[in-house]
Amino acid sequence: MAKRTIVPFGPQHPVLPEPIHLDLVLEDETVVEAIPSIGYIHRGLEKLCEIKDFEQMVYVVERICGICSFGHGWGACASMEGALGVEVPERAEYLRTILHELGRVHSHLLWLGLMADGFGFESLFNHCWRIRETVLDLFEKNTGGRVVFSICKPGGMRKDISNENLQEMVRILNGLKAEIKEITDVFIEDSSVKNRMTGVGVLTKEEAMELCAVGPTVRGSGVRQDIRLTGDHGVYKELGFEPCVEEAGDCMARTVVRIREIFQSIELIEKAVEMIPDGPVDVKVPKKVDGEFAIRLEQPRGEAFYYAKGQGTKFLKRMRVRTPTNINIPALVKMLAGADLADVPILVLTIDPCISCTER
Amino acid sequence: MSAAYVTKSPWVVHYDGSSCNGCDIEVLACLTPMYDVERFGIINCGNPKHADVFLVTGSVNEQNKGIVKQIYEQMPEPKVVVAVGICACSGGIFKDCYNVMGGVDQVIPVDAYVPGCAARPEAIIDAVVKGLGVLQAKRDAMVKAVDAPAEEVAEAAAEEVATEEKKAGAVPPIFTMAEIKVNTMDFLKK
Repeated sequence: MAKRTIVPFGPQHPVLPEPIHLDLVLEDETVVEAIPSIGYIHRGLEKLCEIKDFEQMVYVVERICGICSFGHGWGACASMEGALGVEVPERAEYLRTILHELGRVHSHLLWLGLMADGFGFESLFNHCWRIRETVLDLFEKNTGGRVVFSICKPGGMRKDISNENLQEMVRILNGLKAEIKEITDVFIEDSSVKNRMTGVGVLTKEEAMELCAVGPTVRGSGVRQDIRLTGDHGVYKELGFEPCVEEAGDCMARTVVRIREIFQSIELIEKAVEMIPDGPVDVKVPKKVDGEFAIRLEQPRGEAFYYAKGQGTKFLKRMRVRTPTNINIPALVKMLAGADLADVPILVLTIDPCISCTER
Repeated sequence: MSAAYVTKSPWVVHYDGSSCNGCDIEVLACLTPMYDVERFGIINCGNPKHADVFLVTGSVNEQNKGIVKQIYEQMPEPKVVVAVGICACSGGIFKDCYNVMGGVDQVIPVDAYVPGCAARPEAIIDAVVKGLGVLQAKRDAMVKAVDAPAEEVAEAAAEEVATEEKKAGAVPPIFTMAEIKVNTMDFLKK
């Protein structure tokens, strides 16, 4: 048996925008075992609900993560609306769906760029981020922020987006399609990219089910699982949503799932803009929360869970968030065992890790 | 202070303290085609030993303060630290959290602060340019120290000490010869 060595990976590492630490137990060049340790970004923001009232808590929850911030804001608002017993107007629900899908386009483009950077394809990284800037401009025009938006509030939306702006959004996104296709074709067809990703980090359907993987990670392994199917949130039922599923279970399959989801999100936005009804975008909410409510949301990275419990005052008793990366870490550890040391960066990136979500 | 020109290509190293990712992706957005600071030779290198500018996002906590310190110490002189985002400046919205110690300046000296949640790429670039001015000043000071004859340096140092003493009003305690001997012996024994 070869001698075992332990190589530390992170918390500061060129491919990681965020700190996660892995102890890689190696036999020659092969990873035998990976031991993750987290805790570098833990802030303890759930406890802030004791000193910030429920409307202020939305701002805090939104800042769990800067990439999927709209989804976090929506999740927090939806759980509080449930606890308050408030129904959101239909137009607000449509607007939330549109912005959430726009967030998915931005998040997946960002991830494609980071993945390209992970296997050393710098120009591809830059092209992905160039296209992403157009999406960020749409966000800035319609919500006022590039990264953190604060447009959701308990009871609806802080402001309406005019129908002209929505149609312009669809026009710009449709114009982007050709550019996105040009870039994503490189991921699917380029031989050097294929060599790095095909057959690497295979997660079988059974393993994915057993390890409770979520999001594109589980859909890349051939499981038709998506919280948008349940119709708990948004207007996905009305839009006739069907998740993208790939069978192979390797890095390539997960990449293809995300690429298909970019185009699907653009289509969903187009449909939602066609169907959006006129009307108010917010309702008045009571000043005091009593009762509790939990809701699940499909974030770009997978299923996220939000729970709010009131205590009859304006302060919540408990705010709980469970995020997708947290759930995908066991799947990552499984993929890493038996992998090449050189493949570790792309395997870590393949679950689209968001460490600030994980640790909050 | 601002840098009118950049004589060398300053390289940056980036570390995420406990930020929400918002500022991190804006730091990366500075490097990509929309803002493209790479055309000025500013490269994001993963190795602190190659870097001149240290961009820290997010606040510090017990777990990561050692890492922030370590990265700072590994960087060669002269170096500049830029705190990106309100969390890195003061703790921001998370100031009251139990696992947040506050701004990065609790652990390492900071030369430029970028407020904002999340900090905009324009503001980050502006802060890095300001940082380059500081970097140039630090480099000039080092060059001066190396070029100047030993006596001059000693004179200047004595002058500096004298003015500092004047400011402080009292002579700060310095080790006596006996103490130094004891300290040296202890060190050698170890």
